[in-house]
Amino acid sequence: MRISPKTATLLVLAVLVALSPFFFPSNFYYRIGSLMFVNAIAVIGIVILTGYAGQISLGHAGFAGIGAYACALAPVHLGLHPGIAVFLGAAISGVLAWMVGRPILRLKGYYLGVATLGFGILVSMILTNERDLTRGPDGIDVPDLGLRALVNGLGLNLSNGQFWYFFSGICMILGAWIALNLFNSPAGRALRALHGSEVAARTVGVDVARMKLQAFVISAVYASISGSLLALQNRFVSPDIAGFMHSIEMVTMAVLGGVGSVLGAVIGAGILTLLPQVLTIFAEYEQLVLGLVMMLVMIFLREGLLPSILKRFRGRDE
Amino acid sequence: MSELLQFLFSGVTVGAVYALVALGFTIIYNASDVVNFAQGEFVMLGGMITWAAHAAGLPLPLAALSAIVITSAIGVAMNKLAIEPARGAPVVSLIIITIGASIFIQGAAQIVFDKQIHSFPAFSGDAPLRVGGATILPQSLWVLGGAVVVFVGLWVFFTRTLLGRAVLATSNNRLAAQLVGINTNFVMTLSFALSAGIGALAGALATPITLTAYNVGIGFALKGFAGAMLGGMGNPKGALVGGFLIGLIEALTAGYLSSTYKDAAAFVVILLVLFFMPQGLFGRKSTDRV
Repeated sequence: MRISPKTATLLVLAVLVALSPFFFPSNFYYRIGSLMFVNAIAVIGIVILTGYAGQISLGHAGFAGIGAYACALAPVHLGLHPGIAVFLGAAISGVLAWMVGRPILRLKGYYLGVATLGFGILVSMILTNERDLTRGPDGIDVPDLGLRALVNGLGLNLSNGQFWYFFSGICMILGAWIALNLFNSPAGRALRALHGSEVAARTVGVDVARMKLQAFVISAVYASISGSLLALQNRFVSPDIAGFMHSIEMVTMAVLGGVGSVLGAVIGAGILTLLPQVLTIFAEYEQLVLGLVMMLVMIFLREGLLPSILKRFRGRDE
Repeated sequence: MSELLQFLFSGVTVGAVYALVALGFTIIYNASDVVNFAQGEFVMLGGMITWAAHAAGLPLPLAALSAIVITSAIGVAMNKLAIEPARGAPVVSLIIITIGASIFIQGAAQIVFDKQIHSFPAFSGDAPLRVGGATILPQSLWVLGGAVVVFVGLWVFFTRTLLGRAVLATSNNRLAAQLVGINTNFVMTLSFALSAGIGALAGALATPITLTAYNVGIGFALKGFAGAMLGGMGNPKGALVGGFLIGLIEALTAGYLSSTYKDAAAFVVILLVLFFMPQGLFGRKSTDRV
């Protein structure tokens, strides 16, 4: 029996989530693992936008910020359950992406870069400056999701770290499943066609503007949910989540793993989440090393880690 | 009225710095199609090296000169080590490389120098000049003068000298330029040296007003990038106008609307401009070859 690439990817991810804990030296690693998965969700969104559709965004952290602050603010001001707030945040992000994306996505390359950058900066400035609502740069507490108590009520006995590890892992696999389905759907094929050539895609009947907008909205929802999960897990959020550096981090994770591949996204997110933890040993050299790694990977593994490795393997077979 | 004049003065001062950064973006973009996000770090280096050299006992003009020379060398090194090896990489990869370089330079600066905020004395005193009811610092005139001199110098260089025309030829068509015997690798090196030097000059001139620290670069880079895009990427005139416009918008927003949102104003304007003119104010309409 041949396993399709889609099933293979999902299997690998499921095994990764299920078996990694056996190798954890301490409970702290559950925390790092769940951070990886949460980041991977946002990065899968970037894979859809940049890897499938070929569009650049330097402002997706803005959507993560919206998702995160929805979980902080909606329970307090609207009396919503934090779990509902995740969907509210995703809906706001999606609608905003649809509104902003329509004019912005006509732009190409660096112009699209600066426009999305501007959008991200506006969101992060609003979160920083509207102190009455967001409490400004100091950040704000996020209520408990309450799901762990529910799960443990069923007889499980998960620590907070363990719960978030498995919950984020499951969310990530769901996200990967949706993205992989999209890849093989007519919409996914249309996106990849316009990535190759917008003019050619248009001549074979692809509504280029609409497809780009769809990819933008979907990736915004991914970023938003990732932000929500991060906020709920940390029980705290600050405007940094919407900052320029977070946007860059997402794009770098995607490109590092291999921007066209969902599995690559998870690997990229994993490495760049782990890296700062490792780099803390270097203390003041942290930034230096991070910058160096970013440059070296892009220069020597131009297509990203996963595709470069796969290519090497295939090269050996032939 | 004097209030407006005051805002305009501060607007053109920061605008001149942004315009210099935007010019740096333009020069590198024209030579290599790379948008160099480390451009802001050159401004930071200009300020920090001038401060360090001055603190070590060098007279100010010499300290500024050494900053420009060292920063140019760093620009050349960056081109040789990070940009040339990545020739032909996709736009996203190039963005990440230059942002990586920017983080790297920041990291190096906090080790070589420190994490404090620094400044040095203004070039010709701190006594403000009174003009039409408003005041302007002599240092602002230095910044403005610097921007004008650089722009005129670049204009002469690009239109009147053989080397400058070689750079223009390379930006028009790299292959064709190579075929007529232009050393395009040298042109790229030169572009990085030039734009790093210009950035450092901006830093040395502006630091007595804006102060400097290891992490000020990214702000300059974003505003300069915005200025360059506003004017139309690759157009030096556009970069100059775009940079000044961003400075003015910022100052007027800070003065009349809200100082907390002054950074936002520039980006709102850019979004609006790009909405109606996707190529920026002075950009040429491009057509895709299929």
